[in-house]
Amino acid sequence: MSNYLNILLYVQIGLSVICLYRIIIGPTIPDRMVGVDIFGILVVGICAIIAIQTERSYILDIGIAWIILSFIGTLTLAKYLTCKKLNE
Amino acid sequence: MNNMISLIFITIGILFNLLGCIGIIRLPDTYNRLQAATKCVTLGCCSIFLGVLFHFGFSDAGVKALVAIPILFFTSTVGAHALIRGTYHFGIKLGEKSVKDDYKDAVQ
Amino acid sequence: MKYITLFILSLIFWLLLTFKLTVPNIIVGTVASVICSLFFGRFFVTNVYKLLQPQRYFWFIVYLFVFIWECLKANLDVAYRVLHPAMPIRPGIVKVKTILKSDLAKMLLANSITMTPGTISVDIIDDNLYIHWIYIRSEDPEVYTGIITGAFEKYIKRIIE
Repeated sequence: MSNYLNILLYVQIGLSVICLYRIIIGPTIPDRMVGVDIFGILVVGICAIIAIQTERSYILDIGIAWIILSFIGTLTLAKYLTCKKLNE
Repeated sequence: MNNMISLIFITIGILFNLLGCIGIIRLPDTYNRLQAATKCVTLGCCSIFLGVLFHFGFSDAGVKALVAIPILFFTSTVGAHALIRGTYHFGIKLGEKSVKDDYKDAVQ
Repeated sequence: MKYITLFILSLIFWLLLTFKLTVPNIIVGTVASVICSLFFGRFFVTNVYKLLQPQRYFWFIVYLFVFIWECLKANLDVAYRVLHPAMPIRPGIVKVKTILKSDLAKMLLANSITMTPGTISVDIIDDNLYIHWIYIRSEDPEVYTGIITGAFEKYIKRIIE
């Protein structure tokens, strides 16, 4: 049972490595930003699986905080793309 | 029994995540990549959180997982909307296969 | 009234998130909720009496089931397009007119459109939504308006307006 969960955890980590590939390769700047956005959501999945594995509930708190931080980061990057100042 | 159900949910979620990552590699331009990746990865992570809910039951950790699902939905959809709008304003053209562009007139 | 409703909602949210009923926990939650409602109360919905009407909750639950079904369909659709060797995509941006008036309803509609098969909302200008569509099925504005917004508009109208 826990072996199977370990395999799932490794698969999820491998998926986030695929996102890193898109961040490195991506031909344009928005492609890299898409990679960053998706990477943030995948890390939340990793947090949830680790919370099951270790039976500790505070790791889910880290996951929720990560969702909100990655949301703010994405909004800032999108604002940068529209070439405006941050207070507009 | 609950463990089995939670493992099934997590497996489904990781399959959806895998589809999203294949989409991010294979599709030709930024808009389509964002399209595939946002949908699949959001639903996949929601499914993983459902698995966590089944594993812990209605204790503190389970309710945390339940609260995380709507937060994940709203933040990821709004983030995708902001990114795709920023991409258009940045000046990335639609891909070669695209057939229609109504937004061009509105940006002027 | 707006401030009090936001205070109660954020206190409930805090108690769900921490999930234990001890005195220090409730005190911390009360202080945090007061600060939150002082800062963000003026952005809250104006007509809070709509929160007390039970038929809106009934339509919300119906809408939730429709939404989950559409969401599953969206994922299978994306899976088909990604795994198909020839990648059958025909993308473009279309303009759709909506009948919803309030800002909250438009936000909910745009979020729902983002999670439905093949569509993602790019921008909202007045009554017009600009939708990026991965496979444009028809060129006629009335037909694609029906396909994109038809599933959700009537429920959202009953929930919020």
